[in-house]
Amino acid sequence: MLSEALKAKFDQVIARYPVKRSAIVPLLLFGQDEIGYISDELVEEIARRVEVRPIEVIEDISYYSMLHRQPIGKYNLQVCTNISCLLRGGEEILEHCRRRLGIDPKGTTPDGLFSLEEVECLGACCGAPAMQVNYEFYENLTPEKVDRLIEELRIRTANGHPR
Amino acid sequence: MGDYESYMKGSPLEVKVITKRFGLANSTSIDVYLETDGYQALAKAFEMGPAAVISEVKNSGLRGRGGAGFNTGMKWSFVPKDTSKPKYIVCNADESEPGTCKDRPLMESDPHQLIEGIIIAGFAIGARQGYIYIRGEYRYLLDILDRAIAEAYGRGYLGRNILNSGFDFELATHTGAGAYECGEETALLNSLEGLRGYPRVKPPFPAVVGLYGCPTIVNNVETLCNVPAILRMGAEAYARLGTPKNGGTRLFCLSGHIRRPGVYELPMGFNLKRMIEEVGGGVPGGKALKAVIPGGSSCPVLAASEVDVAMDFESVARIGSMLGSGGVIIMDEDTCMVKALLRIEKFYAHESCGWCIPCREGTAWLKNLLQRFHDGGGTEQDPDTALDVSFNILGKTLCPLGDAAALPGISFIQKFRHEFEEHLKLGACPFERRAVAVT
Repeated sequence: MLSEALKAKFDQVIARYPVKRSAIVPLLLFGQDEIGYISDELVEEIARRVEVRPIEVIEDISYYSMLHRQPIGKYNLQVCTNISCLLRGGEEILEHCRRRLGIDPKGTTPDGLFSLEEVECLGACCGAPAMQVNYEFYENLTPEKVDRLIEELRIRTANGHPR
Repeated sequence: MGDYESYMKGSPLEVKVITKRFGLANSTSIDVYLETDGYQALAKAFEMGPAAVISEVKNSGLRGRGGAGFNTGMKWSFVPKDTSKPKYIVCNADESEPGTCKDRPLMESDPHQLIEGIIIAGFAIGARQGYIYIRGEYRYLLDILDRAIAEAYGRGYLGRNILNSGFDFELATHTGAGAYECGEETALLNSLEGLRGYPRVKPPFPAVVGLYGCPTIVNNVETLCNVPAILRMGAEAYARLGTPKNGGTRLFCLSGHIRRPGVYELPMGFNLKRMIEEVGGGVPGGKALKAVIPGGSSCPVLAASEVDVAMDFESVARIGSMLGSGGVIIMDEDTCMVKALLRIEKFYAHESCGWCIPCREGTAWLKNLLQRFHDGGGTEQDPDTALDVSFNILGKTLCPLGDAAALPGISFIQKFRHEFEEHLKLGACPFERRAVAVT
């Protein structure tokens, strides 16, 4: 079941457009923010609200790299290795995350806490090497900074903070 | 939020026109904006009328900051005046050209400047609805802009009868969800219509047939941010900041092997060599400069011997590259050019939408060939094959993504062929043994 707040947000977003289906991608992203991934229920709900068939929503999902059909870790570490980050050690940061978390890109730790992704340019080129954890930017990274961050996220979870 | 300090190191050589509010306390609030000339240009636009606004922007020499560099006022003038259809203004905030990170601080630090620019653009072309298409990764900017838009509605700068002008204008944000291709304006419009972000056949251009089949202007964030300043200071004064055909200032993003990476607002036509040495503090670690990509990863690479060039559209074109989106990527002597090109082609292969076959197949070919070559499995034929593939993508696709993949391929191989030969001779990468340490 979607929360009342999300349903209200959906109504508000759909009202922005003269053609309802324009709202598909924003609704998918906002829905994913709440649920953690895009469930069948979410697909059907969005299709119903914007008056298209579910397959048309699914067609959109497969086009965009940020939309997930399966649950991923609570914290998704998205490490940029594109050119500006590459020049300042982005690949080393990715390798460090891989070793530290014991997972490959697109993988999730068994406790469901962390996922790892190698991503394309995040628009953080002047703060390279950079990554995003969910939507949060972390820049000018070093392996030590990554270690501290991972530790902090573990503690945050142990203390029961939402993501 | 990002590490703001690392972007805004500042330089005495900067000319702050659209970054002048950066660093002010509460710079995102409408009160601070109003105290610092905010929404004055909008009032002036209403006095001038749409035709005069368009000609003022045309005369300012403002050219699209997203990469193509087309005269903005000229673009606006292509919108048909005698149509019964609604018109739209769409702000392209899908910044995703590797090396480019300037629209992010513009939206983060001064959202009202962008909003004012959009309202003026809407007034000029006769649009009553605007959208800001923001890449999904910039989620926090969506919140900043939504807040600023709500403030603007609250004070009567958006909505009905703005400033008693009789002009109505609505503005909303829209989010993408991770697709470089959606930065291309017709793919962006498809995405905004709720479709997959495939490019459209042009002509017709969006100014005539755009969003929902209606006349639409798509402008980059930085382009629109310049509009209030142009009306405030006048076209002539604005134009004089730059060079004769390139009005105003430009945000340049210095990244890669540079001592002071950051976003700097400099006059159009600023010398690239000086930009690297005096603004960015030069290459760190006492190393020599090897190469520079002057305008985001899709632009042909320049060798160190070519960087004594004025950064305006014509001067950079004259030496065979492009000013692009302002992303200046600096590479030192220890950079492996095969590896750098491989990473760039891997990006374009990943982002190719698959619509045009030369791009879909060609980018994958380039990526695979370069990966094998860099891994030590190269053949003597490979550089020529890669050139051949690149030339077969160039100019053969609906949107510029194909060219964006082809141009680095051609320039890296032509200018740094000796590095490809070195890889062949060694059967391995000659640079991997040297540590990649950045100070």
